[in-house]
Amino acid sequence: MSAPLSPASLPSGPEVPGVPAQSSFRHRVALRAARVRALVRKELRQLFRDPKTKRVIFVSPVLQLILFGYAVNTDVRRVATWVVDHDQTPESRLILDAFTASDYFRIVGRGDDPSAVGRALDRGAARVGIWIPPGFARDAKAGRAPAVQILVDGTNSNTATVAQGYAQRIVNQVALEWASRGSGPGSAGAALTPGAAGIDVRARAWFNPSLESRVYNVPAVCGVIVLLMALLLTAMGVVREREMGTLDQLLVSPLSAGELMLGKTLPVAAIAMVQLALVTAVGLLWFDVPFRGSVAVLLVAAILFILAGLSVGLFISTVSNTQQEAFLSMFLFILPAIILSGFLYPVETMPDFFQTLTLANPLRHFLEVVRGVFLKGAGFSDMPFQFAVLVLMAVGGLAGATRRFRRVMG
Amino acid sequence: MAEPRPVVVEELTRRFGDFTAVDRVSFQVGRGEIFGFLGPNGAGKTTTIKMLTGLLEPTEGRGWVAGLDVHGQRREIRARIGYMSQRFSLYPDLTIRENIDLFGGLYGVAGTRLEARRRWILEMAELQGQEGSVTGTLPLGFKQRLALGTAIIHEPAILFLDEPTSGVDPVARRRFWDLIDGFSHRGVTVFVSTHYMEEAEYCHRLALMNRGRLIALDTPRRLREEEARIRGSDPSSAPPPSLEEVFISRVEREGGAVLG
Repeated sequence: MSAPLSPASLPSGPEVPGVPAQSSFRHRVALRAARVRALVRKELRQLFRDPKTKRVIFVSPVLQLILFGYAVNTDVRRVATWVVDHDQTPESRLILDAFTASDYFRIVGRGDDPSAVGRALDRGAARVGIWIPPGFARDAKAGRAPAVQILVDGTNSNTATVAQGYAQRIVNQVALEWASRGSGPGSAGAALTPGAAGIDVRARAWFNPSLESRVYNVPAVCGVIVLLMALLLTAMGVVREREMGTLDQLLVSPLSAGELMLGKTLPVAAIAMVQLALVTAVGLLWFDVPFRGSVAVLLVAAILFILAGLSVGLFISTVSNTQQEAFLSMFLFILPAIILSGFLYPVETMPDFFQTLTLANPLRHFLEVVRGVFLKGAGFSDMPFQFAVLVLMAVGGLAGATRRFRRVMG
Repeated sequence: MAEPRPVVVEELTRRFGDFTAVDRVSFQVGRGEIFGFLGPNGAGKTTTIKMLTGLLEPTEGRGWVAGLDVHGQRREIRARIGYMSQRFSLYPDLTIRENIDLFGGLYGVAGTRLEARRRWILEMAELQGQEGSVTGTLPLGFKQRLALGTAIIHEPAILFLDEPTSGVDPVARRRFWDLIDGFSHRGVTVFVSTHYMEEAEYCHRLALMNRGRLIALDTPRRLREEEARIRGSDPSSAPPPSLEEVFISRVEREGGAVLG
């Protein structure tokens, strides 16, 4: 014998120490809790020991937040604009000054030739062209509706629509000012409104008055981050152990499939909640996103949503043998989930079929809750449908995943 | 009440689709015995061990471990056995102590008992004073002994080892077997699979497996003697056949019988 053995180290009889034949219910529960605790501790240690994992957990959410907060900007600002002024009067210059003064348009060129506008749009040098025809001031003074032609590059339909709207607003505003002053510059009180005078439609956007896309996008990053992490950490956590062979070692221990599931998902759920707090904090403090609702409403929704996400992660872990397989399955789930969530593209503009499909997407409902809580201060009673669906998905998903996990691991 | 035999297997069978990995295997293992499972890769050794440790459900046949049914009492079996496989090298990113404590927690070993077991494992693996080192950096031989220690942290009476020494150098292997021998002397039943012939010599009895079937079961000595008799060589003059020779000719005869 090269290694010492203490005399008490091995059993001499058939009784197995540590496993009383008739253990009480309380004792069994205590053992269960001890097993889950041991596993949770191990999971957290592994997650926080690896610098790469730590980066994924804490840096990537902030990085995504910054990306979506700054880069993904559907606001229309400083649109390249080409101007041709054939009127050359104080009135026409006033209109152009209004365009220059606004933050929405940026004059990139001027010309005398109306065809230059078309060429600038073709080249992509400008997205909007403004042509003030000769006689603009004359028409205005005579009380005839003066015309301003606005050409818009329609290749990006979103930008085109918004820019067109802004341009119309600017022209209207100038015209209204003249009218309200009772006398246009040199005119005799004629309304210079290009459209019908008399009705002044002023739309006012609620909840996001300056219509900043950031205010809409940043809270939604919460949902995407939480879903991504719940899926990634759960599926990878189980599949990595299967690849390494340590899963078998856990499965020959008294650990039950249910305990294994708890030990694997509790740390992930905790991390997802921390990330939610992180993203919310950065959103509020850095991006000045308003938070008008209650934390409790957000918390309840987040817990339900995380449970639904964990279920999907667990399901993927039972059908994947390798991390690559798990990653691929995750990708196949997450991409449609994001596209059909209203995260980047509004659900209302989707074809009917896809709109119906979004109802089965937990992310869609969670995003509605998140945006509702952040921007509108909505509570449970304002979103009964979303909460009902989330409860259903959390409970149903977890029940299904548990059954499957038990069958595969048991 | 008589103590049940540690392992009893009757016509145990496991099929994966059309492939029969283990084909009607029967044997019994006595208390304190070192029972060797010998066979080429794919012979069904690992599958058999997985059925006995509750990792796989048998397709047919019956089996009992510590008197517990391998069909219906898999969880109860798990609490009473230790298991270590060739792939198991603990969690490389955890420290030695963290690995020991994890398995202590899983097997319900806590408090002063855990402290005593931790001390014993460190001593046995010759890793005293290195509790805080990360397990992944240890040489393979140390890892293997540490893995063995954590696999028996709950002091099981039956130990399943699936090719525990593959990849380990001969010196470390020898020390590993000294430990196994010590357990056996203390009444622990050791069920071990290997493809190292010199390791087979340490076993009290050997089960030879080939293509899912049990083709011989006896002590190493009697297996050699029988081989010598079949060859008709004079035991006093010719050197006795090695276990490797026994194994090869057994497999060949088995193949011939199948063809004939």
